Amino acid sequence: MIESIVSYGLAVGAVYAMIGITYNVMFSASRVFSFTSGMLGMLGGVLGALFITKFGLPVVVGLVLVLACGVPIGVITEIVTVRPVLKSLEQHLYVLSTLAFALMVQQLVAIEWGTDAQPFPRLIPIGPGWLDQQFWLPMLACAATIVGLEFLYRRTLVGRAFVAIAEDNYAARALGLPEQGLRVASFALAGIIGMLAGFTGAEMLLAFFGNQSILNFYGFIPVALGGMGSNRGAVFGGLALGLFQQAANFLLGGIFAAVAVFVVFIAILLVRPEGLAGVSTTRRV
Amino acid sequence: MTVTDPPIATEVASAGRQARFEIALPWLALAAAGAGLPLLDDSYVGVIAQRACIYWILVAGLNLVVGFAGQIAIGWVALLTVGAYTTAVLTAGTVTSAWDPYLALAASGLGGAVFGGIVGLPALRLRNFYFAITTLGFATIVTQVALAWKSVTGGGIGTPGPVFPWPFDPGWGFYYLCFGLAALATWMTANIAASRFGRALVAIRDAEVAAEASGIARPRWLMTVFLFAGALAGIAGGLFSSLQSYITPDAFTFDLSILFFIAILIGGRGSILGPLLGTIILTVLPELAAPLVAWSTFLYAALLLVIVLAVPGGIADLLDYRNRRPMKQHRVIAPRPELLPQLLGEHRDSAALVLSDIALNFGGVRAIDGLSLAIRSGEIHGLIGPNGSGKTTALNVISGYYAPSSGQATLNGIALPFKAPHTRAGYGIARTFQTPRLIGGASVIENVMIGGTCNGEGSFVESLMGLPRHRRDEAYFKTAAMRALETIGLDQLAAVRADRLQHSELRFMEIARALMLRPTFLMLDEPAAGLSAEEIRRLGELIKAISRAGTGVLLVEHHADLIFDICDRVTVLNLGKVLAAGTPSEIRMHREVVIAYLGA
Repeated sequence: MIESIVSYGLAVGAVYAMIGITYNVMFSASRVFSFTSGMLGMLGGVLGALFITKFGLPVVVGLVLVLACGVPIGVITEIVTVRPVLKSLEQHLYVLSTLAFALMVQQLVAIEWGTDAQPFPRLIPIGPGWLDQQFWLPMLACAATIVGLEFLYRRTLVGRAFVAIAEDNYAARALGLPEQGLRVASFALAGIIGMLAGFTGAEMLLAFFGNQSILNFYGFIPVALGGMGSNRGAVFGGLALGLFQQAANFLLGGIFAAVAVFVVFIAILLVRPEGLAGVSTTRRV
Repeated sequence: MTVTDPPIATEVASAGRQARFEIALPWLALAAAGAGLPLLDDSYVGVIAQRACIYWILVAGLNLVVGFAGQIAIGWVALLTVGAYTTAVLTAGTVTSAWDPYLALAASGLGGAVFGGIVGLPALRLRNFYFAITTLGFATIVTQVALAWKSVTGGGIGTPGPVFPWPFDPGWGFYYLCFGLAALATWMTANIAASRFGRALVAIRDAEVAAEASGIARPRWLMTVFLFAGALAGIAGGLFSSLQSYITPDAFTFDLSILFFIAILIGGRGSILGPLLGTIILTVLPELAAPLVAWSTFLYAALLLVIVLAVPGGIADLLDYRNRRPMKQHRVIAPRPELLPQLLGEHRDSAALVLSDIALNFGGVRAIDGLSLAIRSGEIHGLIGPNGSGKTTALNVISGYYAPSSGQATLNGIALPFKAPHTRAGYGIARTFQTPRLIGGASVIENVMIGGTCNGEGSFVESLMGLPRHRRDEAYFKTAAMRALETIGLDQLAAVRADRLQHSELRFMEIARALMLRPTFLMLDEPAAGLSAEEIRRLGELIKAISRAGTGVLLVEHHADLIFDICDRVTVLNLGKVLAAGTPSEIRMHREVVIAYLGA
């Protein structure tokens, strides 16, 4: 039992962590939390199943195509739902614009793909137990994502520009950084990461349009726990969430596990709204 | 000289009668249409009308949460679910003995209130997206529980809804029950909207800091409205279970949440008629476009996107033609300080607000370093100093936004609590802000009325039912606010939306808001910034008159002329320390002050 809690918990936690990172990458560049994060995760699974099972494409081609789809979706998200409302005084409008866009895409999937959960192909036939792809693939993807992002942010010029924008938007613009271009690039990058999360987690979560709201919610918890904008925080938060959720599933049963996760999430947010690792620096008056 | 009621009041009254008729007209039309609907004798129409009424009962409450208080509660369908299952399970008699449906409906209202409180709890500390995602999470959880808790809810198979016995039996009887409750919900929320509670919610939405300074404790006010909105949603759920006659978790999809939310956005924030029309339109529309039923959620979402991007103000904004008329150019603010005694009351006890040895650090920066000063009633105390010398910080300590690391602030010897800005109004301490904090969506007079919020006596329930104490409060607020506006010279603009005012007018409006409290102490944070020379002169006279009427004034300012002209005492800050204190003539001669700040 312990083994299945740990393997399944870490795997699903890695998916949550990657969705959390998707939130973070968009947030850093725009101060916007986007409901399209869960949508990307959902699409990763659905498009993967579409390309590989329905169209019969090779696995690698399918994966590349899925990730490539993340780019235009990310860019469209930025242009349609974020850019128009960033200018507006009422900043919270982004909550509604991104939600609306995500729902439109979800409904398109529901209509064109169907509302039933469909299986995702088994890509690498080894296993069972720990060696099963559904467990190690999300963890590997999550590790690759965090290592890749750390490399990008610390070692490359573009990455440092991302960091500068996230740290101080005005100062970065004063230095001549193309803020808008970097924001679009961040949304494209987030598109790829979200798609990767959905693709690698889909054997567990299936190709299902309803995953969107689940991933939106459970993917945001790591962000709330780890502090907004912190990718490493999101990884720890995601893995902890996955383990906690699976443990609660086994020990308490399905209903109470969901309630337990929700209660703990709310309790933590109420006690430390800035996240367990975050610092609060707001000046209101 | 005796001051009679100003002429403006009678003018307002006669114009008011026609305006009131204009406002009442759509309501009368809706009431007549609703009451006469059974004459059509079409049961299909009846079902749609029942659904519209039920949705509106929920949306009416949610409107206070979303449209007035500005909380992005997107998972409200969860409360409909809770209400529906409560009524259905209690009347089914599978878990308990079978309840009377009307009693079960009341229980749904109670359950809805409890869960409304639970959903609202995070809003006390969380903002925007954070709160939105917790409501979304709650909706997800409720659906999962409804599916999994088979012994009670019947799981995916569902459970039958109740049939209400005579006189509200299925058909038009049930319709009248829904219609009656919808009318009641409309009436109650309209009462709230026109009360200090409704205004306070809008203040929390648009200018939270100013709301706190006016004595509005955000947690308590938000929780009250969440409980009320939850109760309405619970009752709507109970009726919904009877309308559906059989409920499964599938009946409560997230689409419904979106529908409720869009109804409010289409209608416009801070309106009641708008969201009501929005609800009717969104309920009827899918019936007219039957082939599109599969696309309904997609269309709702697209509609949401269009509204957010194109018309964030909704129907109410489009219909608000009065606030699109061009305003008079070159308006002059002509304060009438002679009205002050009437506004503030004749007799004032003398009081003293004393800061002793206050120190405050921001990280490594010592913002205030051992500040002591005393403000007495009837006196104007000037606080000046270079930028960054700690003037505004001192003001924020007095008004309770910051807690100093040492030292204390006392009012007549009683220590003031820190980090509790909403308590200051109760102590009779009012303030204005360096950048005016306006409630942009509200009219000027409503902005001013906010200042007196804690002088109201009626409770939320009294306002809900429109009881006498609520009406007395409202009459008092209206006259006092009008008087405050006459005093500061903005009475001509009373009905204009505050975000249309120019900068200098906003500064005076904030003073009017502060005067509404009848403050013992008034703190002004750079009131002359951005004013013309003539306006500064009038402001000076007004401030002087306020202090002569018995109020202690603390004036933070950069205009040295104004300070030396009207202040009785002046304290000069530099780098958080008191550089000098004394009468204006002493300060003007003070060598270090001249070097550090005034210049030769």
